[in-house]
Amino acid sequence: MSWAETLRAAVEAIRAHRLRSALTMVGIVIGISSVVLTVGLGQGAQREVEDQISALGSNLLIVSPGSSTDSAGVRGGFGSASTLTVGDAAAIADEDVAPDVEAVAPVSSSQTSLIAGESNWTTSLIGTTTSWQDVRARELASGRFFTDSELERGAEVVVLGPDTASELFERGSPVGQDITIAGSRATVIGVLASTGSSASGSSEDDVAVVPLSTAQAITGTTSTSVSTIYVEARTGDTLAAAYQEIQALLLTGHGVSATDADFSISTQESLVETANATNRTLTVLLGGVAGISLLVGGIGVMNIMLVSVTERIREIGLRKALGATPSVIGRQFLVEASVLGLAGGAIGVMVAVVGAQTLPALIDQPVSLSAVAVTAALGTSLALGVGFGVYPATRAARLTPIDALRSD
Amino acid sequence: MSAAARRGRSAQRTRGANTAPVIELEGVRKVYRSGEIEFEALRGVDVAIDEGEYVAVVGPSGSGKSTLMNILGCLDVATSGRYLLAGEDVSAMSERELALVRNRRIGFVFQQFHLLPSKSAWRNVELPLVYAGVPRTERRDRAVAALERVGLGERIDNRPGEMSGGQQQRVAVARALVTEPALILADEPTGNLDSASTADVFGLLDDLHAHGRTVVVITHDHEVADRAPRNLVVRDGLVTEDRRFVAVGGVRR
Repeated sequence: MSWAETLRAAVEAIRAHRLRSALTMVGIVIGISSVVLTVGLGQGAQREVEDQISALGSNLLIVSPGSSTDSAGVRGGFGSASTLTVGDAAAIADEDVAPDVEAVAPVSSSQTSLIAGESNWTTSLIGTTTSWQDVRARELASGRFFTDSELERGAEVVVLGPDTASELFERGSPVGQDITIAGSRATVIGVLASTGSSASGSSEDDVAVVPLSTAQAITGTTSTSVSTIYVEARTGDTLAAAYQEIQALLLTGHGVSATDADFSISTQESLVETANATNRTLTVLLGGVAGISLLVGGIGVMNIMLVSVTERIREIGLRKALGATPSVIGRQFLVEASVLGLAGGAIGVMVAVVGAQTLPALIDQPVSLSAVAVTAALGTSLALGVGFGVYPATRAARLTPIDALRSD
Repeated sequence: MSAAARRGRSAQRTRGANTAPVIELEGVRKVYRSGEIEFEALRGVDVAIDEGEYVAVVGPSGSGKSTLMNILGCLDVATSGRYLLAGEDVSAMSERELALVRNRRIGFVFQQFHLLPSKSAWRNVELPLVYAGVPRTERRDRAVAALERVGLGERIDNRPGEMSGGQQQRVAVARALVTEPALILADEPTGNLDSASTADVFGLLDDLHAHGRTVVVITHDHEVADRAPRNLVVRDGLVTEDRRFVAVGGVRR
């Protein structure tokens, strides 16, 4: 009996018991669709994080201050120290010392309240240099960015993020208007374009960018320390080289060894890694739960196939009497279980595809289904059918024709 | 005259020359074991049945005739002894080989018909051909021809549930003869039928015999046995009598 004949017989047998076959497949359908959707949710979240991080700029290195230790010996954790200065940024910008660095943007940031007429808004005030726009790959929606001369003289100008602009100015163009930043006046000269990754309300779109010197004047500090130094490497390939150069430079400049480094350098990749590690844990956890339901579905297939063997014992006996060899009978039941598994998997994938279309609207989470996940799901469902079909098939193959024919 | 009938005639003509028996049992014993208890269902049976014979195996229930039928049908193997079917020794065959022998050499007719309820008449009849590896189109042609032979040419697409018992048994006969087997083995073929259908089915078996087929009927019913030219009486696991009658014009005297 050829495989085509066996397959046809299997499909006929499945269709002869429609309700039972459908119920058997439900387990697989639920299992496969939940696994595919969970993985899709995980991948969607991962992609979102990646988008947000890549929106920071390209070939970006982020230098953060290390931990501080106060007089009582209490260590403050990463970022608490003010070990990075404008001088460090200037040193990194030196082409002779760090040839693989394209541009450097030191940033000092603080929470500040803005007032425009009747409305006020609290946002992060970013004091930086003109290269910030390039390093962070930001476009302007309207107006212009500040210039080097404005930076030098600490001009009272500000560039608003798009969300900030819409909070302060309900209608009309903000460009040219005056606002008050922590008591100081400044003129809005431009509005940034959205980074586009605002799915979770990215803070990248809610900022007020001023020249570094202006920020110092506004916050009334004379300190030259900065909270972050953004560095853009020349190309993706020189990212590692730039990393080494910055590290060597800062270690020498601060007079510390690598083990006592009072700063840390992260790349976009390392940020993505950190963010994804959390996501991955969740995905694995949820996927595991879904996987268990898939296993239960597989056991359901085995259960029904065993019932089917018992119920069709006379049919098996007759087929054997008419010349079906044990292997032909075994194969028939195995193929039947496999078809059940695969059909359940296919329906499960369809349910997942529909779910992937409707879920984002309901729970505000992106779902990204990959061809790999779908193929793996179908493969798994087939493997489940085969795996859980082996035992019932063996039972059917082993029946002796007389016992099978006799039973009533 | 149908093609099958012509083939039957030629088989009948050559019967005398072909002396090799279809069935040859030598000292066949069958012992059943159930825990400590042993039961000898057959205690040394020697039987030879020639090609084209029509034999009834008779005996009361518990005599061993069902065991004999299982062994003749290659559904079971003897504990000891030898069984040659169409010259082939089947006594030591594996399950797989036995299945192939059943497929090629034997056509079964069972008391309970044993038709698959979800399949139409012709799909039931083609089943042995499926296992013989016959291509689909040829299977249908042969199944339809076999159904015409048993007078059911009009009902090829009917399911067993849509037919009377007699018609169902005729479908089963068609299934038994569709592979042109060396032996047609009928186990109480009329046990579940009314007298009109019984006459129908025996008419068919007589016809098959008349066309040169070897037919063995297992029965406990003497009226059934009386129709066969040769009776093997089984009692207590042995063939106690081998009666032959001279048939004249199809009626025994």
